[in-house]
Amino acid sequence: MMSSTNLVVTEAGSAVYQFLDNVEDYLTVNIDGQLFGIEAMTVQDILSPREIAKIPLSPKEVAGSINLRGRIVTAVDVRQRLGMSKVQDPEKLMNVVADVDGELYSLLVDKIGDVLSMSSETFESNSTNLNDNWREFAQGVHLLDGNLMVICDVEKIVRLNA
Amino acid sequence: MDDLLTEFLTETGENLAVLDVELVKFEQDPSDKDILSNIFRLVHTIKGTCGFLGLPRLEKVAHAGEDVLGNIRDGKLDVTPEAVTLILQCLDRIRDLLGELEDTGDEPDGEDGELIGLLREMAGGGSAAPPSIAPIQEAEPENDAPEANEFGAPVAAAYTAVEKKAEPAKKKESGEKGPSIAAQSIRVNVDLLENLMTLVSEMVLTRNQLLQMVRGRDDSEFSAPLQRLSMITTELQEGVMKTRMQPIGNAWAKLPRIVRDLSVDSGKKIDLQMLGADTELDRQVLEMIKDPLTHTVRNSADHGLEEPEGRIAAGKAELGRITLNAYYEGGHIVISISDDGRGLNTVRIREKAIENELATEAEIEGMADAQIHQFVMKAGFSTAERITSVSGRGVGMDVVRSNIEKIGGTVELKSEDGKGSSFTIKIPLTLAIVSALVIECASQRFAILQISVLELVRAASRTETAIELINDSPVLRLRDRLLPLVLLRDLLKLSPDEEVVDTASTDESEGADQEPEELDDEVFIVVSQVGNYSFGIIVDRVFDTEEIVVKPVTPIFRDIPYYSGNTILGDGSVIMIIDPNGIAGDAANAAATEGAKAQTAVDARDETTSMLIFRAGGHELKAVPLALVARLEEIDMDTVEHSQQQRMVQYRGSLMPLIPYNEAHEWKEGDRQPILVFTDRERSMGLAVDEIVDIVEDQLNIEISTDLDELIGSAVIDGKATDVINAGHFLIKAYPDWFEVADHNGTEDANSNAVSVLLVDDSPFFRNLLTPMLSVAGYVVTSVESADDALELRESGSNFDVIISDIEMPGMNGFEFAQAVKGDARWKDTPMVALSSHVVDKDLERGREVSFDDYVTKSDRDELIQSLESALNEIGPA
Repeated sequence: MMSSTNLVVTEAGSAVYQFLDNVEDYLTVNIDGQLFGIEAMTVQDILSPREIAKIPLSPKEVAGSINLRGRIVTAVDVRQRLGMSKVQDPEKLMNVVADVDGELYSLLVDKIGDVLSMSSETFESNSTNLNDNWREFAQGVHLLDGNLMVICDVEKIVRLNA
Repeated sequence: MDDLLTEFLTETGENLAVLDVELVKFEQDPSDKDILSNIFRLVHTIKGTCGFLGLPRLEKVAHAGEDVLGNIRDGKLDVTPEAVTLILQCLDRIRDLLGELEDTGDEPDGEDGELIGLLREMAGGGSAAPPSIAPIQEAEPENDAPEANEFGAPVAAAYTAVEKKAEPAKKKESGEKGPSIAAQSIRVNVDLLENLMTLVSEMVLTRNQLLQMVRGRDDSEFSAPLQRLSMITTELQEGVMKTRMQPIGNAWAKLPRIVRDLSVDSGKKIDLQMLGADTELDRQVLEMIKDPLTHTVRNSADHGLEEPEGRIAAGKAELGRITLNAYYEGGHIVISISDDGRGLNTVRIREKAIENELATEAEIEGMADAQIHQFVMKAGFSTAERITSVSGRGVGMDVVRSNIEKIGGTVELKSEDGKGSSFTIKIPLTLAIVSALVIECASQRFAILQISVLELVRAASRTETAIELINDSPVLRLRDRLLPLVLLRDLLKLSPDEEVVDTASTDESEGADQEPEELDDEVFIVVSQVGNYSFGIIVDRVFDTEEIVVKPVTPIFRDIPYYSGNTILGDGSVIMIIDPNGIAGDAANAAATEGAKAQTAVDARDETTSMLIFRAGGHELKAVPLALVARLEEIDMDTVEHSQQQRMVQYRGSLMPLIPYNEAHEWKEGDRQPILVFTDRERSMGLAVDEIVDIVEDQLNIEISTDLDELIGSAVIDGKATDVINAGHFLIKAYPDWFEVADHNGTEDANSNAVSVLLVDDSPFFRNLLTPMLSVAGYVVTSVESADDALELRESGSNFDVIISDIEMPGMNGFEFAQAVKGDARWKDTPMVALSSHVVDKDLERGREVSFDDYVTKSDRDELIQSLESALNEIGPA
């Protein structure tokens, strides 16, 4: 958890720095019209769409493998994983690369958004609005301008065997 | 811990290891003064250093040992096994103390009065046999910590110490050779070397990428410098690899002592031969195999080699031999441990395998000895009564094998009953970068490690190398062997619509009804071998070999047996590495069942049969299926009557002819004559024999056929060669018309309503078996030996109520016969029953398809009659 500072003017007229606690940076992404947030610290790379080598006998949530500067990255089709509608060509999606337990995984997303700092005030861990399918993979939601940003639990998403 | 102490620990640890070896050598040749002075000097040094560092306990122990050695050197003391054992124990104690010192930084409390007392006594000329002195309690048995140092590995955590030893007289590293080799050496942190290794590997890959890019363009200005860079990279790679190389002798260092101790303890005479000790291999691999090697040598000494008396009794030399051999072979290092002992106890392994539920009894039955032996390497398998955990690290042979296979090596265990066993490890020389063959299947590329590939075969239809189908499984005939094949496409489920297709022009499968399509006319087969099992993998295309770095797959794919890793090719594409082990695992299961099926299909007479063993017409054993014999009798020869040159006897209200086995038969006049009684309906006959020997249950495999009428052939029954008689021959001697079909117009009693059965079976034995059985059950049986003969009967106008036919027959088989019968009006409505020695669902289906009304196994006599009856009942009267 990070702290952020805000410049505030007190009643006495002096300028003080107010420390805001519990603020987290998230990379916002868009999948099938839904806004998701991924903890910025877990994101290692963001890559443009590229060729994905298919792996026979792999589970359907795995789109294949990518070569990232000499390292092999396993591309995970988040739509499949979350039970959303399938997309024609995974190779047209953006790659968000994260390191989990020393292994590299790429989450395939439609669009990349900004990195936003969200405070715990807007965070809800158990939202009834949350789609059943996603509950397993979400840490909770942040409320953002009337939209729900679903916070992804990257580890849960990539751990297909667990 | 200060540097001085660390240095001391390392150095002394190394010296102790050397001392072990030297002492054993010295014991074998006590006249060697050089070895003795070397030993003395080393112990003297240890004593001195201990004193200098203020380690009194160690000093005392070393001093006592030195005294004994001193007396030996001065000729005051003889070199006896007890003396050597005592000194070795002294060294062990020092080792233990050092271990404690390393752990805690101080000498442990306690004293060694007992040991020192014994040593003093020995030095004083006493010949006390050293009792087994328990090692210090705190130390784990066989504490390896100080010994790890002999390989230059760090003592505790990583540390760096630099030391140049220029004097040739000091023995370090490859010190066993003797003082003449001047080894200039440096101690380097292992992690540092690892990093270098990784960097060099990446460099090699990048070089490969560059080479690939330049390959297409001849005149590029990059070509020349790149060529040079390539050469340098290769040399750098080789050089770095060498830094990690160590002579395997290092792993063998402890063995002479261990074998010597085992030899003394057990009273066995063991000679340990170590060939190729200076063969070098990668340090990492050395670590990995060090314990398994020790473990295996222990096994050989403990269980493999026999005691001297046992060996002499077996006709072997008293001295048992364990041979360690290491050598290079085609890019690999091969390490083998063999002994000339009694070999693996196949029987016990069988039992254990069943006990541990690694296989069922049925599966075990069908396995060759070589396959049984492989169980020794399965997890949880222990053939030893006591479990020795070497160095406390738990040497599971299955772990060993999988570790070795992970780095691309193979492990093989062979044993020959009474002759000995051998354990062979084969490991590729370069770890990080391996050669791989790139192949294509369904437009996707994969890699197979070069060492897994035995050869490549191009198969095309209409050539000698064509893929054939046997029982629907594809095989290839390769230089007199049948190689089972698997389609990679199928394994990986790449194109589910494709089926394996017979590319041979002749169709060998039984009544195949699929049209043989032409493939793309050419496929490639990658021949691979896992253990003793060879097989081929069918792929579409083969590209060239590339050097690759194997990267493990992500945890998601760990369970897929076909992948051993993945890699990035020179052109940047990511491909999976196919693991023949994984494929073999699958294929072997399929092949085993297929093989078993084929086996039973080919050799249909595998069930056991009760055989009556007797002697007649000579000393050789004779046999007849017990099922054919109605009774065993002993006839009082006085009651035998003569009529028409035939002997007869009153038997159950009618006259029974007695037929001698042959002309020369000696009737037991005035005594009881053994008789085998054969019965059919109202008629009986007695076959006079010399002696009834036994009744045994055994498989009936008639191996040698004969021209003699009275015999069907010879078989091995209950381990002995036995002639199987042709009962029919004797039955006909009694009644020439024994086997003739009863006239349908009714000659005998109520038999006109009896159901007439046509029996078609090519085996005279089974005809002989079934005919009387069916007759006794009330059927009128006509038996013929082939489908052709049966069809001839049809031509001659015969009709039957039911036809019973064997399936596996030469010429026209049962299925074809059934089709012929149903295809013709005369017998079209005659119910047909199929007979076979085993029934598989596939066969049942097939049987029904061709309109067999029922399918029955030959195995059980009662069951057969029952099945026939129910079949006939269902069918109804003709």
